[in-house]
Amino acid sequence: MAMLEVNNINVFYGSIHAVKDISFKVEKGEIISLIGANGAGKTTILQTVSGLLKSTTGSITFNGQDLMHIPAHKIVGHGLAQVPEGRRVFLQMSVMENLELGAYTQPKNTIDHNLEIVFEHFPRLKERRTQVAGTLSGGEQQMLAMGRAMMSNPTLLMLDEPSMGLAPILVDEIFKIIVELNKAGVTILLVEQNAQMALSIANRGYVLETGKVVMTADAKELLNDDSVRKAYLGA
Amino acid sequence: MEFLSNVINGISLGSIYAIIALGYTMVYGIAKMLNFAHGDVIMVGAYVCFFMTSRYNMPAVVGILLSMFVCTVLGIVIERLAYKPLRQATSLAVLITAIGMSYFLQNGAQLLWTSNPKVFKSVVGDGGVQLTEGLYVSHVTLVTIAVCVIIMIALTVFTGKSKMGKAMRACSEDKGAAQLMGINVNTTISITFAIGSALAAIAGVLLCSAYPNLVPTTGSMPGIKAFTAAVFGGIGSIPGALIGGILLGIIEIFAKAYISTEISDAIVFAVLIVVLLVKPTGLLGKKISEKV
Repeated sequence: MAMLEVNNINVFYGSIHAVKDISFKVEKGEIISLIGANGAGKTTILQTVSGLLKSTTGSITFNGQDLMHIPAHKIVGHGLAQVPEGRRVFLQMSVMENLELGAYTQPKNTIDHNLEIVFEHFPRLKERRTQVAGTLSGGEQQMLAMGRAMMSNPTLLMLDEPSMGLAPILVDEIFKIIVELNKAGVTILLVEQNAQMALSIANRGYVLETGKVVMTADAKELLNDDSVRKAYLGA
Repeated sequence: MEFLSNVINGISLGSIYAIIALGYTMVYGIAKMLNFAHGDVIMVGAYVCFFMTSRYNMPAVVGILLSMFVCTVLGIVIERLAYKPLRQATSLAVLITAIGMSYFLQNGAQLLWTSNPKVFKSVVGDGGVQLTEGLYVSHVTLVTIAVCVIIMIALTVFTGKSKMGKAMRACSEDKGAAQLMGINVNTTISITFAIGSALAAIAGVLLCSAYPNLVPTTGSMPGIKAFTAAVFGGIGSIPGALIGGILLGIIEIFAKAYISTEISDAIVFAVLIVVLLVKPTGLLGKKISEKV
């Protein structure tokens, strides 16, 4: 049994069929990338897994536990955290408060330990801990969003477009941290438009087009596949 | 001395507006809706306290606590029954529902307690203090100001330091992200309504202690003025509710004392219009970008 199994989900926005019968799975310890153009349904998929959107069909299980029929706020407690698209840190609150909210479901005595781990991966956040999140740079906000998610001590971390709007040097830094987190034992589900970057660190990849999975293979194969290169890697 | 007396009375009236405005502003901050039934919860609170103290001769403390309890439950029930089913509806539908709920409470009160005015017995007695020569301040006035200060400090600490308070601020910024943190948004909204309604009960008791004429529409005008105060100070902002409330109280008392009793309400609302023309987000309001 895979860690995360998504089977035949369908998601609608009103009459728009955004996700069409999609299935995929994530094994423990993997880095999985979902790649595809704007509007392919990547964000919708992640939001459905984390319960913010509901699928009309199919099933989503995490370590065998059904996720489709529990409320969104209960999902993070099962060890599945999401770093949402556009970071969505709490801009009017301090870095420290954001991190504390990340540990909302955690028992009080583990918070200090989680905080230590987060500061180890993101030393910048430690320097800025009293600063209001709205005054951070885009890269720092991305780190805060990731640190906040890590505060819930997840076994699966879902990242939605972590490279969006960041300078290339910061993208490199963020991806280096993603690999680090994975090595530390966190399974990663990554959604990216930056296909090159996403596939370069991934074990496997899924290519999405207008709400459907059109291809899935080892990340290396996808990187060398002609049609993928043409469509997503600018070659 | 007359001037100083007016200032103190203005602050006291403004304190009541501020306490009511907190209910509007907190609910707006989190549920992004204007709960126009809030003023009528005040009236219910005043009636509960009236019956406990005047009819059943219970001590004032019991009357106040029971009134807070009833209003808290009422607030939660209103939210669950009337507003929660409309969480995904347009804001206009919610607004109309809130106005409907307001009339429902007023008419319900009329049915239960008739429209005959009740004379509310002040919960702090009728006396006062001679501060200096020519400056006499009633107990109600002083207690009202003190209660407002205590509530403000308590709420500031609650929202700033407590886990629940932080969850409330998170919900007011981004409900989706708050859910990803594991925060139950529905519970948070219920708690916000509970706090706002408990404060409304306190405001009702203080209001009727100062102005003892209790009828089913008692809460309506103060409710609208407190809403004005919340907008004036910047809706969604807790310190804004305080500043807006106090300023509105002072303006109203001054308008009554130096201009005209009849048009004092008009002057209050005229000030609001001017403030909104100059600073549309209110005095302490943040710029809100409405997502469509």
